[in-house]
Amino acid sequence: MQAFTVLNGIAAPMPQANIDTDKIIPARFLKSIERSGFGKNLFANYRYMPDGSENPDFVLNQEPYRKAEVLIAFENFGCGSSREHAPWALLDFGIRCVIAPDFADIFHNNSFKNGVLPVKLPRAVCEQLMEDSRMGGNAKITVDLEREVVVRPNGEEIPFKIDPLRRHLMLNGLDDIGQTMQHVTAIDTYEAKQRAAQPWLNR
Amino acid sequence: MSGQKPRTLFDKIWDAHVVETLPDGTALLYIDLHLTHEVTTPQAYAGLRAAGRGVRRPDLTLAVVDHNIATDASRYTGIVDPESRLQVETLEKNVVEFGVPYIPLLSERQGIVHVIGPELGRSLPGMTIVCGDSHTATHGAMGALAFGIGTSEVEHVLATQTLLQKPAKNMRVWVEGTLPVGCSAKDITLAVIGKVGTAGGTGHVIEYAGDAIRALDMAGRMTLCNMAIEGGARAGMVAPDEKTFEYVANTPDGPKGAALEAAIAYWKTLPSDAGAHFDKEVRLRAEDIAPQVTWGTSPEDVLPISASVPDPADAPNETRRAQMQRMLDYMGIEAGQKLVDLKVDVVFIGSCTNSRIEDMRAAAAIAKGRQVAPGVRALVVPGSGLVKKQAEAEGLDVVLREAGFEWREPSCSMCLGMNPDKLTPGQRCASTSNRNFEGRQGPGGRTHLVSPAMAAAAALAGHLADVRDYQPKEMV
Repeated sequence: MQAFTVLNGIAAPMPQANIDTDKIIPARFLKSIERSGFGKNLFANYRYMPDGSENPDFVLNQEPYRKAEVLIAFENFGCGSSREHAPWALLDFGIRCVIAPDFADIFHNNSFKNGVLPVKLPRAVCEQLMEDSRMGGNAKITVDLEREVVVRPNGEEIPFKIDPLRRHLMLNGLDDIGQTMQHVTAIDTYEAKQRAAQPWLNR
Repeated sequence: MSGQKPRTLFDKIWDAHVVETLPDGTALLYIDLHLTHEVTTPQAYAGLRAAGRGVRRPDLTLAVVDHNIATDASRYTGIVDPESRLQVETLEKNVVEFGVPYIPLLSERQGIVHVIGPELGRSLPGMTIVCGDSHTATHGAMGALAFGIGTSEVEHVLATQTLLQKPAKNMRVWVEGTLPVGCSAKDITLAVIGKVGTAGGTGHVIEYAGDAIRALDMAGRMTLCNMAIEGGARAGMVAPDEKTFEYVANTPDGPKGAALEAAIAYWKTLPSDAGAHFDKEVRLRAEDIAPQVTWGTSPEDVLPISASVPDPADAPNETRRAQMQRMLDYMGIEAGQKLVDLKVDVVFIGSCTNSRIEDMRAAAAIAKGRQVAPGVRALVVPGSGLVKKQAEAEGLDVVLREAGFEWREPSCSMCLGMNPDKLTPGQRCASTSNRNFEGRQGPGGRTHLVSPAMAAAAALAGHLADVRDYQPKEMV
């Protein structure tokens, strides 16, 4: 996983609630067996017209948002399917951070596993950032995971909180399977105990 | 156990599966059953291979193909779409390389992962069950803790048989009373989402309780728990009872004899203790529920079939007004139109929400002796080979075909626009699936979520219809 420390980039406004994972990446694009290459189909149903040409009205088809690294949205971002292709598509496009009032649980988990930082901020703050992001390239936003602050273009710092274990893994780009493997003795012990107590679980 | 703090069903299953608690409170949670399918696993196996890791407990893992599978005869002759074929072939290679049990496409046991788990007796009470699929919540109907995970977590479970998890909060949804004629578990689950909203359960596990829930059969409880995720909850659960035990006893691969007796003795200790703490409680009267239909593009935008399309002008704020207008535009409907006046092009009866034998029976009961309206395409897709076989033994396929429905092969089918069963832009569909998101059933497709009986009624009427006007002919 790519580490996430400090990001200073263009933020794209998507002023909608309930942006679901079918919107982020429709199911017909989930047929790849790779982790990469999903960026071209990010928001495909909105980014492209039925004939495959770009929809000029869609924010990520407009300058400077083609280079957006942050997305600002409203409530319940990432609801719906568990598809990890959603953060893969965001990442492949170049988006490393989504700021919203809240996130659906599975998307929230999946993002951390891929170096895409979900930042929860109150609705009123998201509305301010939405306005900032409309200024495009003149208004880059800084997301500092080290210090746990978002810095608005006017210099105002807004604190946020990330779970300490997740923050540690993300700052260092660590794979959590390696971390869990250190507990293999405890897993062995648990299995032996469970095998005796609940024999019907073992096939 | 006297003196111990009263615990919920969720608390008990959680506590029984904590391998270790890390200093920050994160638990290393043991997973009893890992269900897998072709869409969310290829990258996980690639990750294992790259790191030189194996599958820790192939015996607790089960693989099946469902999402990419066409519902026509091509399952017998070879998958046509090259990308779908590659994804299925990749799974078939991975299960051989890693020694994971696999139900092949041509097995009669093949079907939608959330149908076959309980049906085969693999999903049992008290278990922790995960799958790279959000509708894993379905298995909570067995009295298990079952939730969807992403592909990185699939890899983590394959390698370690555990997950790193923070405990969820407890939420209880009470449904008391008697469900009116024409209503089913689908109407309860839609009504609950309408009440709590799509984020109402975020961070929580929902336990459904009350006599209206107890009265549901196991298939109904699966429908109910299936859509817990649509209310934002990671999992839905129903406490195991005699119906659960009887269901397990009749499965082909569930525990038998003394093992079953021992298991039942344990399962009886699982229901929530009196006085257990719930962080959130919601109450509904079953009598207040009418047959439900969604009008918008989020499952929370649901109304009784007798209602009309709501007016954005009545929205409580500007954000909601704009959102409602966007939904109306997408759905091609206008404020004030009666829901029963909306013509349908397609009817889909199937998906992990509603493709069990009970759902097939409910649809056939309405369809019997009637005809699908001209111009409507109506698909019925059983959830597994075993459901299909049972339905055919009961003659349901004949009833449905004679009424003009297509009787198809098991798959996720038209739930998600990933296999050949898709809506075309602008088509309106009455669907028994779980998501009415924009484009979910195909780009530009318009989805109205309903129960199997309501879907059958819509097929006969040619428009959204009140199933209470289409009661089974034997009953009239």
